[in-house]
Amino acid sequence: MIELKPNQLVIDDTVYETKLTRKFRFRKKYEAPNPKHLNAFIPGVISDIYVKPGQHVKEGDKILILEAMKMKNTVTSEITGKVKEIKVTSGKMVTKNQLLIEFE
Amino acid sequence: MSILSKLKDFLFRQEKVSVGGGEKAIQKQKATGKLTARERIDSLLDPGTFFEFDLFVKHAGKDFGMENKDLPADGVITGTGMIIGHPVCIFAQDFTVAGGSLGLAHARKITKIMDHSVKMGIPLIGINDSGGARIQEGVNSLAGYGEIFYRNTLASGVIPQISVILGPCAGGAVYSPALTDFVFVVDQISKMFITGPEVIKTVLGEEISMEDLGGARIQSEITGNAHFFAKDEYECFDQIRKLLSYIPWNNSKKADPYTPKKPKQDYVIEKIIPSNPTLPYDIRDIIYSIVDDSDFFEVQQYWAANIVIGFARLNGQSIGIIGNQPAVLAGVLDVDSSNKAARFIRFCNAFNIPLLTLVDLPGYLPGVDQEHAGVIRHGAKVLYSYSEATVLKMTVILRKAYGGGYIAMCSRHLGADFVYAWPTAEIAVMGPEGAANIIFKNEISTAADPNAMRQQKVKEYTEKFANPYVAAANGYIDAVINPEETRRILIHTLNLSAAKKESRPAKKHGIPPF
Repeated sequence: MIELKPNQLVIDDTVYETKLTRKFRFRKKYEAPNPKHLNAFIPGVISDIYVKPGQHVKEGDKILILEAMKMKNTVTSEITGKVKEIKVTSGKMVTKNQLLIEFE
Repeated sequence: MSILSKLKDFLFRQEKVSVGGGEKAIQKQKATGKLTARERIDSLLDPGTFFEFDLFVKHAGKDFGMENKDLPADGVITGTGMIIGHPVCIFAQDFTVAGGSLGLAHARKITKIMDHSVKMGIPLIGINDSGGARIQEGVNSLAGYGEIFYRNTLASGVIPQISVILGPCAGGAVYSPALTDFVFVVDQISKMFITGPEVIKTVLGEEISMEDLGGARIQSEITGNAHFFAKDEYECFDQIRKLLSYIPWNNSKKADPYTPKKPKQDYVIEKIIPSNPTLPYDIRDIIYSIVDDSDFFEVQQYWAANIVIGFARLNGQSIGIIGNQPAVLAGVLDVDSSNKAARFIRFCNAFNIPLLTLVDLPGYLPGVDQEHAGVIRHGAKVLYSYSEATVLKMTVILRKAYGGGYIAMCSRHLGADFVYAWPTAEIAVMGPEGAANIIFKNEISTAADPNAMRQQKVKEYTEKFANPYVAAANGYIDAVINPEETRRILIHTLNLSAAKKESRPAKKHGIPPF
């Protein structure tokens, strides 16, 4: 990767002097999804949690209820593994993509 | 009753309804820095030309005690008038009457004036200042919105439609402006959103002010929903009149010609453009050097600033200009700039306004966010709009025209009528650095001094391909021109194309990559 100054942009290996827009400067950097993290897919309220730290879960097991837009969404595990840490408590409001549960 | 007393009775009735929501409500409106609906109409139209319709319309509410309420003109003033000597249809919602809320009769007044504007082929101007649906009228209020959206859509591309947001415009109400051609907003006064701060807070726990959610600045800089930003209502009305001077009254006409004026002397092309293609300059300075009176009326100035769009005149004739802006993000095409350019091209084509495209871009913006935001689909809109356009298409390649960017920016291949290039033009598949790194990958990596080899190969490629002559040799450009002659040549081109005719296969409609 080429080291860039704040007013530079690289297109096809050429460095251009130019103003960068706010939207470009603050664009969300891509992060590969971590399969051991369960994040909120929608902002809402956690109304029930069915697992405890240390508990083994199978793919498809009920993990929690995320209530959003008047719908109670059952969130199930996408992996088979062990619950490491629960980052939220019942009744708490969460934002989109907030980390809810970490698996080992 | 005698004739005289009937006349008196009429004047009494007229007077009673014309005050809208009454003195107290008017004071409240003024306290927020807003003009009243009638003041707005009078300030916008040519003096004394407003002729009102449907002043005596009564609201249609029959429930929740509404049946006993009197709502003067049902909260919206409609009629006709003149702007720069041409007729227009206009409506202005009156916030002093039930918060400008939209009930069935209110909507019917609007749809009636919309029907007039389409039948008579004259522009429609809508001034929005409304709390939203009149809840007491239930589904009838929703029906009203739907009937307006339907007419906005049918009128699209037939008559120019202008929306002026001078107050709240929230929920379903925002979709009428969104369906029109140009949206005007005023600092601190305009507020547009689908769901307001309170709902967002309750449902999502996100706290935001109305201004930061959907104020004039946000709509102008972040969302691209608004096309013109003004600091106050009077400046906004000046902008509307100016816009109407560039566009025809309907799709069967051409914009009025004006007296030709020479550009100002301050702009000398050779002094504006840096010879190094990686250095920026402001494309607007080039536009000022070409167009009448150096007067360029920019559209969506604050949004997607890496492309510049707007109206100007060449030899008195209105044209639409699309120019890459090297000063911002090197002038790349991306999701937002593609949307911005594509819609403008379609507007100009629908209303017989010749297009001038000024090209200087290194290509499309790379990035995961761009790809995931669908830059393929959005970028395709530029190709679609240019290819579909049958209006005169003139292209001038100033410096870089690389790769997909070259094709997209109204190249010969997308049906440009005339393509000119300055001697500084570089029409190539990509910039010399990138091209050399790919073509001479092996030579560079196996060389004793890879860097020196790279420099040499970049130099070779630059000399051979970073010019307009390869494209010229293929007939892809019609002429290499002296930059200082650009205005003269474009005027000549406009004159020779005055009767241009081009047709497309008959179809119900195309399917652009929305």
